[in-house]
Amino acid sequence: MWRDAALVAGKDLRLEARSRVATGQVAPFALLVLLLFAFALDPDRGVLEQATPGLFWLAVLFSALLAVQRSFAVESADGVRDGLRLSGLDPAGVFVGKAAAVASELLALQVLLGVGVVVLYGASPRSAGLLLLTSLAATVGLAATGTLYGVLAAGLRARDTLLPLLVLPVLAPVLIGATRAYEAALAGTPSEGWPWVALLTVFAVVAVALGVVTFGPLLEET
Amino acid sequence: MTTSSKATRTLGVLVLAGIAALLLFGLVLSPADEVQGDSVRLMYVHVPSAWLAYAAFLVTATSGLLYLIRRTRSRVWDRLAASSAEVGVVFTGLAILTGMIWGRPTWGVYWTWDARLTSTSVLFIMYLGYLALRRLPGDPDVRAKRAAVVGLVAFVNVPIVHMSVLWWRTLHQEPTLARLDLDPTIDDLMLFTLFLGLVVFTLLYVWLMVHRYRLAWLEDRVDDEGLERAIAERRAEAAADGALVGPAGSAP
Repeated sequence: MWRDAALVAGKDLRLEARSRVATGQVAPFALLVLLLFAFALDPDRGVLEQATPGLFWLAVLFSALLAVQRSFAVESADGVRDGLRLSGLDPAGVFVGKAAAVASELLALQVLLGVGVVVLYGASPRSAGLLLLTSLAATVGLAATGTLYGVLAAGLRARDTLLPLLVLPVLAPVLIGATRAYEAALAGTPSEGWPWVALLTVFAVVAVALGVVTFGPLLEET
Repeated sequence: MTTSSKATRTLGVLVLAGIAALLLFGLVLSPADEVQGDSVRLMYVHVPSAWLAYAAFLVTATSGLLYLIRRTRSRVWDRLAASSAEVGVVFTGLAILTGMIWGRPTWGVYWTWDARLTSTSVLFIMYLGYLALRRLPGDPDVRAKRAAVVGLVAFVNVPIVHMSVLWWRTLHQEPTLARLDLDPTIDDLMLFTLFLGLVVFTLLYVWLMVHRYRLAWLEDRVDDEGLERAIAERRAEAAADGALVGPAGSAP
């Protein structure tokens, strides 16, 4: 399974590296979201600073939607999906691979957004360990859930509108947990953040487990 | 064709009698709350609705799981999951609505970012998505699988959402949560009325489910029969064509 996962993740990441959609569209979109938040709240710099964790994770969430849609748009073009099924790869491996590719894109995006909030919003990051672990746990949860719903929505005619409706409420705990943990980290009170990291980890584990179990039946008949 | 039978009619009469009794106890016999006054009576509808919402979604998740497992795969589970989700969404909406009506006199606002309200509204939107997914046209088997996964994931999220927003709340100080204190100080009659509400609403759920399930089954049959009839018609046409072609072909 791990070998298959590495193959699929490598394929997706190579595709992204060559097509430059992630760097050329998704990343600028995320930065644009940050700018728009600033336009909306800028007159009051204090509000912007206070809302930084929430805005950061909202930007990540919106970009994650794009990344997931992109990840499956790639599959449905040119019958790649049939190719995947015929290749004899373990469905669980395909799931883990695709989720890992989305997760690494999101992590790169978060580095970019992190620089963005420091420069634009004047955020001052403290407790780097907490920030890092929060990002890791939240990203795994986001990527796994997104991938599961991505394959679900792939091939549906209404997928562009249905995917956000289905996936955003499910990701509400990730948004809440990651925001609170970042708040604690930025405020310099990391002890308040760790329970949220635990919640994010539980969410990530459950999402990955569900994905591994249910991806097979979904991939085989959509 | 009707979706009722003698048993469901009996059950329906029972539910009606139960609702009448609930009205009597809830509006007349049970006392008003010392602090909240008469608005506490909304509890007798509100709490059972919320409980049924959770119960209905549990049924949806369990049926979805049974559908996903190859050994127990059957359209029965899919229909059950769909019916229960629909009924559950109605009760979730009712719980939110009664909660808001209750919130206006008690908190002074219809909507506050209270833990219960927030988690329940997230739940509501989740299952609206589930129903939207179900309504898309397509192969019933594929649709059933997708719906089963969504129902399962959404339900796994219920306790997480619930708890996380509770924690979330505890970090902020806000007015007291809408919570029912089932401590000994609650009036016996109030407790009984609440319990009666739970029983009556559960019976109502069963009654609604029976009808909704049969309706789903009839819909499936209409689909299947429509297909069979179409095939039969095409065959008849082909046979008729053959009959026409035969003599024409043999003509000089």
